[in-house]
Amino acid sequence: MIAFIARRLALVVPVLFGLSVLLFFWVRLLPGDPARALLGERATQEGIDRVNRIYGFDKPVPEQYLLFLGRIARGDFGASIRTGQDVTAGFLERFPATVELAIAGLGLAIVLGVPLGYLAARRRDGLLDHLSVGASLMGVVVPVFFLAYLLKWVFAIRLGWLPSAGRQDVRLDATHPTGLFVLDGVLTGEWDAAWDAALHLVLPALALGAIPLAIIVRITRASVLEVLDEDFVRTARAKGLARNVIRRRHVLRNAMLPVSTTIGLQAGALLAGAVLTETVFALNGVGEFLFTAINHLDYPVLQGFILFIAVIYAVVNLLVDVSYSIIDPRARLS
Amino acid sequence: MSAPAAPPPVTVRVGGSWRPVARRLVRRPAALVGAAIVLLFVLVAVFAPLLTPYQPGSAEWAGLITPSSVPGPGPGHLLGLDSFGSDLLTQLVHGARQSLTIGVTATALGLAVGSALGLLAGGLGGWVDTAAMRLTDVMLSIPALLLAVSVAAVMGRSPLAVMIAIAAAQVPVFARLLRGSMLAQRNRDYVVAARSLGLSRGRIVLGEMLPNSVGPVIVQATLVLATATIEVAALSFLGLGQADPTVAEWGRMLVKAQARLETAPHLALLPGVCIAVTALGFTLIGEALREVLDPKNTTR
Amino acid sequence: MSPTTTRARRLAVATVAVALAVTSCSSERGKTATGATGGTFVFAAASDPVALDPAFISDGESTRVANQIFEGLVSVKPGTAEPAPGLATSWTQSDDGRSYTFQLRKGVQFSDGTPFDAAAVCFNFERWHNWTGPLQAENISNLYQLVFAGFKTSDNPSLTNGIYQGCAPGQDAVTITLTRSYGSFIPALAISSFAMQSPTALKQYKADEPGQGGDVRRNEYSTAHPTGTGPFVFESWEKGQRVTLKANPSYWGDKPKVDKVILRIIPDGTARLQALQSGEVDGYDLVAPGDVQKLSDAKFQVLPREPFNVLYLGMNQADPLLADLKVRQAIAYALDKQAIATQTLPPGTKVANQFIPPAVNGFAADGVPTYDHDPAKAKALLAEAGATGKTITFNYPTGISRPYMPSPEDTFVAIRSQLEAVGLKVEGVPEKWSPEYLQRIKSDPAHGLYLLGGTGIMNSADTFLGIFFGRKTVEWGFEDQAMFASVAAARGARNVTEQGALYAKVSRDLMTLLPGIPVAHPVPSLAVAPKVSGYVTSPLAAEVWNTVQIEG
Repeated sequence: MIAFIARRLALVVPVLFGLSVLLFFWVRLLPGDPARALLGERATQEGIDRVNRIYGFDKPVPEQYLLFLGRIARGDFGASIRTGQDVTAGFLERFPATVELAIAGLGLAIVLGVPLGYLAARRRDGLLDHLSVGASLMGVVVPVFFLAYLLKWVFAIRLGWLPSAGRQDVRLDATHPTGLFVLDGVLTGEWDAAWDAALHLVLPALALGAIPLAIIVRITRASVLEVLDEDFVRTARAKGLARNVIRRRHVLRNAMLPVSTTIGLQAGALLAGAVLTETVFALNGVGEFLFTAINHLDYPVLQGFILFIAVIYAVVNLLVDVSYSIIDPRARLS
Repeated sequence: MSAPAAPPPVTVRVGGSWRPVARRLVRRPAALVGAAIVLLFVLVAVFAPLLTPYQPGSAEWAGLITPSSVPGPGPGHLLGLDSFGSDLLTQLVHGARQSLTIGVTATALGLAVGSALGLLAGGLGGWVDTAAMRLTDVMLSIPALLLAVSVAAVMGRSPLAVMIAIAAAQVPVFARLLRGSMLAQRNRDYVVAARSLGLSRGRIVLGEMLPNSVGPVIVQATLVLATATIEVAALSFLGLGQADPTVAEWGRMLVKAQARLETAPHLALLPGVCIAVTALGFTLIGEALREVLDPKNTTR
Repeated sequence: MSPTTTRARRLAVATVAVALAVTSCSSERGKTATGATGGTFVFAAASDPVALDPAFISDGESTRVANQIFEGLVSVKPGTAEPAPGLATSWTQSDDGRSYTFQLRKGVQFSDGTPFDAAAVCFNFERWHNWTGPLQAENISNLYQLVFAGFKTSDNPSLTNGIYQGCAPGQDAVTITLTRSYGSFIPALAISSFAMQSPTALKQYKADEPGQGGDVRRNEYSTAHPTGTGPFVFESWEKGQRVTLKANPSYWGDKPKVDKVILRIIPDGTARLQALQSGEVDGYDLVAPGDVQKLSDAKFQVLPREPFNVLYLGMNQADPLLADLKVRQAIAYALDKQAIATQTLPPGTKVANQFIPPAVNGFAADGVPTYDHDPAKAKALLAEAGATGKTITFNYPTGISRPYMPSPEDTFVAIRSQLEAVGLKVEGVPEKWSPEYLQRIKSDPAHGLYLLGGTGIMNSADTFLGIFFGRKTVEWGFEDQAMFASVAAARGARNVTEQGALYAKVSRDLMTLLPGIPVAHPVPSLAVAPKVSGYVTSPLAAEVWNTVQIEG
């Protein structure tokens, strides 16, 4: 297992290296002068020259790349053009919000999606099947940000059932030791704070979870259908095993394999979806920060965040592979 | 907002003709609904100028607009005006045209470049394969939307930029897919047979392996047509769509109308529905195609 | 128990809880302070403050925070932009106009207990004047450079000829001497960048040392220990979440009615509106034009500010077509400013006839050449100039909302159709506000018509005409030495009255030269919940929240 993880990690390194090259040249291709972007509206030529000297923009390109590589090796991605904040610090500050949202969104998708998909497969062509397949299709075809706006408009503004923005009522003055607000509330015993944070998560999680939910429903349904058809299930039935046992031990376990792969594949989509969802719900996570960075062409932030996201993506997929090999002993061989 | 998970490579029936595929497709109601939607969409897109008497993006009736009110449906303007003072129906109809152009071009572009990459990798193998796959690894290491955003940021704001951005995000997917299904063909009997007959490598790859590997690629292309429509909207939301604010483009219209969600909800809902329905049409066809092309499904 | 110790205790509780995996500790947290005691005023901010040290700021969100914590020698009369006594109770100007003597308010203390006295005042002035190196960067000491024009020493020759000469402490008074007269000196001192800060805190927390990322705006003082004399004191700043201020119990003036102020950060404009609608915040700034009616209908209070800004259509004379005065006049006649205002600007917006709003000292009350909407005349002028049917470039920004320009895209579309109506072809070039658009307008001659404007930071035409037309710029592409000289003369006027008269003439003359077309003075407004009272708006958006009250 350790060798497997090590091998997988070794594969990540060239990818990150390639990404660093792409990102370096990407910034050079961007319209606009980075020095001027740093100095803002009232920049003078002297100031621009000074910044170019400090950042080495006046050096030959290969040398600039080495400087860039040296900086990122030390974890120094520079500072945001817009706010002057250190990129790494900014990422770490906002990461808990995104983790919380992603867990909630994916959790919702799994908790709703797996049973729905399973039931749909069991009652193939029944009402539930058509409903869940239809609903899951809707989840895929409606743009995430529009879904988020609609959810907010209906449930927060019109009906007033749920909060419309942010992660917690600021009047609560809650304590945040971990930055995951729901967990924080539970740990400190500030139950009202935990409850409030959880309520704030409902709508964003629904919006973010819509696509994974749709995909999980369909994959679960398809793979349960497939497994139900397999010889070993027929054999089990013929042996007269209890239906519950068949379901638990044979059908679900085998059907979960493609589902867990799919969940891993969704990690990237979740991060992208977070850009849109966090913006609509003002969650101040990594995604919202990226959105602002895109809008201001805050390239140090974009560069840093894209690399961070690539690393996280790789780690998540590694975790999925590990869990895959735990669920399915056969996969350990490969 | 990424594409639905890439379909696991399906093996296509070797040397099969497309006729039975079409026959089985017709028996699926979902495929028929999808086909009807897509047909309607294409017809509207092609005949857009004949369907309404107005020019898109004209802002001709800007004088009737205020920040808090937009004239609703009435004679002369079946759906009323949009928030710039153009005819809303005209904008929606020409929006279909934009969507079709961007979707088809982006998909074709992504397909062409991705397939070329996949073909080289899968057909030649060796270091070409390794290099091509490392490149797709890098591209796949960031979410598709971010990749599109990065490309759009460099390219500026034009329809072409949007197309290239969306296509770029699809290149690694197509490359992987084609390579995967070509690898599956490599040791098939007919390839071995062709090789023993002394056919050239190029002949084998292009004449034998490729036609037998395109199934999954076609399925993916259909699905990308769906996601392209949605990604155009997402790019618009992120401020990276087309330049002209009055352009008849659904994503653009949807984003713009969100500010008026309460005073004129139809401004957002109609383009939203257009995007969803179009995407639904392509998705239904794509899904049906995938199931039909999967040999496991022949019995059902 | 002070909040910090409560917080520390809670953190300790949390740590213990994590360690023992016990989740049943009861919280020590007091219930939300609402009702009788004064309550909490929650305001939605569009972004984090850039810095808490007011000397380094020039943006609206930072200023909003600074205005609660800090005060300057000069203040403004509530609800106006008129200079009024602040930490100085009165002042006199010497006969040569170069020295000002300020009588200081007695018995005032900074919130760390440091007495506010003449030494503290001089410490602040000397601090600014002695900045060197990176502190002289445009984005760090922006407003100081704008007003004081230079430092004691500088590598940059254009920053060596400042107006500050010296500060002489006296008995409850200070005398500030300038190297040359500057007509707007008194109104300028009301700008929050020139607020008085505690010398003790500035020294203790190394206010001029670089902080995180080498940025002085992120040092310890500027992120955690801003210390002033204002009605509120800083409590905490959770980046991206909120800034919390509490009432200053020893404030010398009207004590705040609320116990606490929270600025909650919500970057998305629609999300700010919705947070107010759903009761999560008590107010937000810059209501979009389309939301004014909706909010009023729902019983929210929409509070308009007196416009202290201008939105203009610039006409870059580096473009050969726009270098022709006839073409510029034709465009002026083609514009229906009232229609633009009705279609795209907030309700109540007045159209502009010059580059400064009526509330600003220097506004020309009469004799201003006007260009009333007249398409026929516009067509005739275009024909005369041989420009009929020509294509004109029109640059405008996207993804931005400024107080003077709430929705540039809409404004562009409105103007475009008016120009097309008189026979011009318009090629729109949209770019993101920052950096592309600003870069294009400020330093790339390749722009034609463009939308821009400005908001005044003090009651002086300096912040409009002085900035726009003081010298040749890439933005306007126009050069008129006589005009530049008149602006310089107005800037260096002995006092506000003389300056007003000089600037009024400049303002009139500009409308003959027609470097651009002032379109309107959009009304910026903010919205507060029905339960909020006592919010006094300021044309400068420099509201101080000690009068704000929350009902039950």
